Amino acid sequence: MAGLPQIDVTVTEPASAGRRGMARQSGPGGQRPLWLELLSLPLLVLIWHVLAVVVASRFLPTPLDVGREIVDLTAHGPLLSDFGKTLARAGIGFVVAMAIGSLLGLVLGRVRLVDRLFGPWIVVGLNLPAIVVAIACYIWLHLTEFALVLAVVINKVPLVTTTIREGVRSFAPEYDELADAFRVPFGQRLRIIYLPQLLPFALAAARTGISLIWKIVLVFEVLGSDGGVGFRVGVYFQFFDMKGVLAYTVVFIVVVMTVEYLVLRPLEHRFLRWRDTH
Amino acid sequence: MARHALNIDVREKRFGGGEPLFSNFRLCVAPGEVVALVGPSGVGKTTLLRLIGGVDDDFVGEISVDGVPARQAPPPGFVFQDARLLPWFDAVDNLCAVLGHVDEASALAMIGRVGLGAHARAYPRQMSGGMQRRLGLARALAANPRLLLLDEPFVSLDSVLVGELLELFRSIFEAERPTTILVSHDPEDAARLADRVVLFSGRPVGISGELSFDIPRAARGAVDIARLAEAVSAAGQGGAT
Repeated sequence: MAGLPQIDVTVTEPASAGRRGMARQSGPGGQRPLWLELLSLPLLVLIWHVLAVVVASRFLPTPLDVGREIVDLTAHGPLLSDFGKTLARAGIGFVVAMAIGSLLGLVLGRVRLVDRLFGPWIVVGLNLPAIVVAIACYIWLHLTEFALVLAVVINKVPLVTTTIREGVRSFAPEYDELADAFRVPFGQRLRIIYLPQLLPFALAAARTGISLIWKIVLVFEVLGSDGGVGFRVGVYFQFFDMKGVLAYTVVFIVVVMTVEYLVLRPLEHRFLRWRDTH
Repeated sequence: MARHALNIDVREKRFGGGEPLFSNFRLCVAPGEVVALVGPSGVGKTTLLRLIGGVDDDFVGEISVDGVPARQAPPPGFVFQDARLLPWFDAVDNLCAVLGHVDEASALAMIGRVGLGAHARAYPRQMSGGMQRRLGLARALAANPRLLLLDEPFVSLDSVLVGELLELFRSIFEAERPTTILVSHDPEDAARLADRVVLFSGRPVGISGELSFDIPRAARGAVDIARLAEAVSAAGQGGAT
């Protein structure tokens, strides 16, 4: 039996774009020059260096001095163990908060009654000062790792819940009808219809979550812990040791940027590349 | 008595607290028969198609396919008014993911059959509206369904594409003989494809007329189609059977 004549229209698909190889397209403003992006951070370091030379104060060391301090702290100091502790706390807090927040967001997004009943709790959670949560956890549970991670989770969960709830609310009913018509079983429906619609929201929650958790873990470590980046920065603060503070800050920024460029962006590109096709 | 492929008995269907859209509505369709539901916009044609397809099960009554309640019968091939593709999957995955049991080779073959062979790995956003509709059709046909539900499959398509799709439908109807319900507001579509035309009118929806075409689909020429379409229009206006 004959089929329809083959369509061969030109679509604006990159020549190399195969199934797994869709490239990110430039926006309406055209291709962004990569060299500008690559130049951005060295420019910041250069400005810092010039400022440090001009000011010539022990409270603003040069990037070179800070670099030496990083090497020294890595080789002979507590830098690695501090970062290990902070990363472990942030990692555990992030995973637990994402899991609980996603579950709550799914329930609140799907069940209107539950949303009406517990929605205000989320508003309270969103507006609760992080420092109050940390102090309360430390008083009730003492200065323990559990109290610190719990405080992180309590601070982060409302944000994840809200984002995922919005994602669930934005589900297109037409896709449900499609699944009904073709009798798509629930598990398959979850995989091919719900998760892809939820993914942009989950990635947004992860991104804001990571940036929030980094910051609050450090604050909580200053408040009460026996090690970690926040604890060490607090110690350096007491001695007005800006070289130490900046050494930890620079490494901290490198870690954050590594997570952004080596984990989040590839994930985003892998799962959301269809949105960049035209 | 001959067993019907599709038995529709909708005792009541209403939206919210309004008056019923369907009340004691019955329609039977023989195996392999192509029935066109024709009537003005908003009369209830698409609603009936959704009830048959299991997209809407909020009604009182029974719809069975080959003697099995519609919800438990094998899934129909459903062509929606819009293409309704999943934008996060490419063309092949739009078939494989939704149909589950259709493998990549079968999906590729069906995509080639609707003329999209060169775009098997393109995403819906990279396709024109006509190409998306073809892909929606490929999805409906890929599982070789015994029941085909077509909701205005030609609406807002250009005449060249409509001609090609009509040809494809004719060949499918002759070769595979799926029982088909075609919803259309255009008497000409019905005249080209249907074995029988059921005219809808009123509220609750009633069957105001029926026409059975005695000229085989493949043998219908332009003059026959124009004459049949005219008969459908006249029946729609006069309520003749």
